[in-house]
Amino acid sequence: MRTKKKILIVDDSEMNRALLEDMLSGDYEIAEASNGMEACAYLRDHELEICLILLDIVMPVMDGFETLAMMNKNGWIKNIPVIMISAETAFTYIDRAYGLGAVDYISRPFDERTVRHRVDSNVILGEKQRDLSARLSDQIYEKEKDNRLMIEILSHIVEFRNGESGLHVLHVHAITELILKTLRKKTNQYEISPKDISLICNASALHDVGKITIPSEILNKPGKFTPEEFEIMKRHTLEGAKMLNDIPLRADEPLIKIAYQICRWHHERYDGRGYPDGLKGEQIPIAAQVVALADVYDALTSKRVYKPAFTPEKAVEMILNGECGCFNPLLLECLKDVQEDLKEELVVLSLGNAADKEIQKTVAHALKTDGADVSNRTIRLFEHERMKNKILSDLSKDIIFEYSLDPEMIELSDWGAEYLGLPATISEPRKSDFGKRVFRSEDFAKLLDDLKNTTPDNPAIVRRFVLDIKGEKTSCKIFANSMWADTEPPEYEGAIGKIVDVNDETEELNRMEQKANLDFRTGLYNHEAAKERINLLLGKGGNKKYALVMLDLDNFKQANDVYGHLFGDEILQFVADVIKKNVRSSDVAARMGGDEFIIFMEYKDSVLPQIERIFKHLHVSYKNFPVGLSMGVACTDGNIGYDTLFAMADKAMYVAKKEGKNGFRFYDEETEQKSKDKKERD
Amino acid sequence: MTVRECYEKMGADYDDVMTRLRTDERVAKFLARVIGDPSFAMLDDAVAQKNAEEAFRAAHTIKGICGNLSLSQMGKSASALTESLRGKTEFPEEALALYAQVKADFNMSAECIAQIPSPQV
Repeated sequence: MRTKKKILIVDDSEMNRALLEDMLSGDYEIAEASNGMEACAYLRDHELEICLILLDIVMPVMDGFETLAMMNKNGWIKNIPVIMISAETAFTYIDRAYGLGAVDYISRPFDERTVRHRVDSNVILGEKQRDLSARLSDQIYEKEKDNRLMIEILSHIVEFRNGESGLHVLHVHAITELILKTLRKKTNQYEISPKDISLICNASALHDVGKITIPSEILNKPGKFTPEEFEIMKRHTLEGAKMLNDIPLRADEPLIKIAYQICRWHHERYDGRGYPDGLKGEQIPIAAQVVALADVYDALTSKRVYKPAFTPEKAVEMILNGECGCFNPLLLECLKDVQEDLKEELVVLSLGNAADKEIQKTVAHALKTDGADVSNRTIRLFEHERMKNKILSDLSKDIIFEYSLDPEMIELSDWGAEYLGLPATISEPRKSDFGKRVFRSEDFAKLLDDLKNTTPDNPAIVRRFVLDIKGEKTSCKIFANSMWADTEPPEYEGAIGKIVDVNDETEELNRMEQKANLDFRTGLYNHEAAKERINLLLGKGGNKKYALVMLDLDNFKQANDVYGHLFGDEILQFVADVIKKNVRSSDVAARMGGDEFIIFMEYKDSVLPQIERIFKHLHVSYKNFPVGLSMGVACTDGNIGYDTLFAMADKAMYVAKKEGKNGFRFYDEETEQKSKDKKERD
Repeated sequence: MTVRECYEKMGADYDDVMTRLRTDERVAKFLARVIGDPSFAMLDDAVAQKNAEEAFRAAHTIKGICGNLSLSQMGKSASALTESLRGKTEFPEEALALYAQVKADFNMSAECIAQIPSPQV
């Protein structure tokens, strides 16, 4: 089944929207917005689903022209055709709309045939355009990839002939890129665009291509060159340049031009004492200057037949001291700035290179087999991701907000909006209930300022404010992350965050604590928690009488061995349930681990009836399996500690077991004696 | 009352609306919505507050609605009101009479529309 394409109708008149919907809903799915602001909010989340927009001009809050401007600013206008609708037929209006990127214009009153025809043809046009540009970008990607591959193959041939590792080209590429990016931040003296950087980096691979013309006896000579040999060696610069110059019909390609500069002048010096032309200072093209520096740095930090590898620190020091040529002071500054990044980058390159290539291959393969469907699949994945987020945010019961800067607005998660009793989309948030009532104005301003002052590397903040939630002052924590556009330098775009009620958080902590005190299998206390509670009760004094019962299952090991651990667990649960039923809430019952339990209880005259009752209820069969238990009981009137009491009960149980199991024993002189005998025998 | 008869009584152009909207059912459906359209209440409020900008927007919307349904007579009144308010920040006195005319047309039209049997749902 084909899903219907979606059209967004933006008009403040409900009647107009309804009329258009009536005409179009047979063929399209319709989304509506009653002004430009709502349309922008909708586009922010659903950009990829919308195939066309019908846009009114005269609207409150944000009119049609402002909406077009916003669509330009956010790049939406490139992918979504906009048809203007209005009763305004003055040419200035129409021209202005076309100027802002509208594709067509329908004047009111609507004529059904005209509306449907214009919408249909623009949807089809837009689709064709998207399809074509997707194919084109695939092709460009393939072409770029092929280009790089050819350059790499060529330069590797040179390197291998030169007896180098093959990593030199990759290293020079990486170093060149880092230095150029830093240079671009420092100055606009050289007018380098991101595209230039990628061009120079690709061309850098060819810097030594001229070496292919140098006889290999000279190229690979381990010792020092004679003056004659050095003259021959120096020729690789001019030879490389000549080779590039001689490529038929390609001399105007930017890549070739840049590569020519690099080949010819990457051995020039900033002081004019380099070769082959003795260019000085800024006479040397910047591409050649940067590659020269990258070449020297990598040569220093790599092992060569005639020298060991220097450490990165030593290499930078040598270059800065002018021991390895003379460079543009600005580039030396850049080198200093990137030296830490360089260390990391080059290590990654040498180790991860093979894996990286594999990934590229996989991507290329996926692109090839999926062809034109790639973009559709992307949309589906995107849609899936969006649904997932919505469900997760609904489930989390946090108030999630998204703050965007241009136009300034807040979008609340559906649940958050409902909880606060506010609309999901809030324009002019600083003047809204959200920014003035829920937050105090100054708190809200501070939150927005703090977010703006974060950095892309360190975008997260946590703030604590007292918020007004449904009329109640509530202490809340705000967790938020700023978001930055993928530009250079990164541009602040807004933030995503959540508001967490800290009162709830405290309750949650109590619950967690409770959980940690419990034995997970049976729901009784664990030994630690029981000990703490028992000591508390013993410490209270007040002449109360307490008994500590220690309880051990006689046949548990057999149950586990014969019927499996699941059955073993069932028995533990059964025993725990019986114990829970037979103690009062003031008593303490715990599982100590394994098949041992303790019960601590208060009693008045005699504890015997209580002990007998527990024993009777447990001295039974569970699913025809005789549970069987031995119990040791120690009594106190409150002036001994838990550890002593525990030792007494333990001794009593030892005797109970020894006397044939399946019974209980109170601690007394006799049990003390018998357990002592045991100790001595051991 | 048929849709055609209603149009004749309202001073509206039945033939024009039929060429654009094509069916009686659709025209009737949207006529019924005219009466409940919030733009009229907005216009009343804006005029009462002498808010020229909002009055302009409401009048403009009403003009659009009339255009869509070929309600020629009310459309003409709404158009005159719209033009008197266009670009104004102060509420012009002459707009009051024009507003009264729109109101009169609206009330008359509403009466006529109410006599069309509601469409089968």
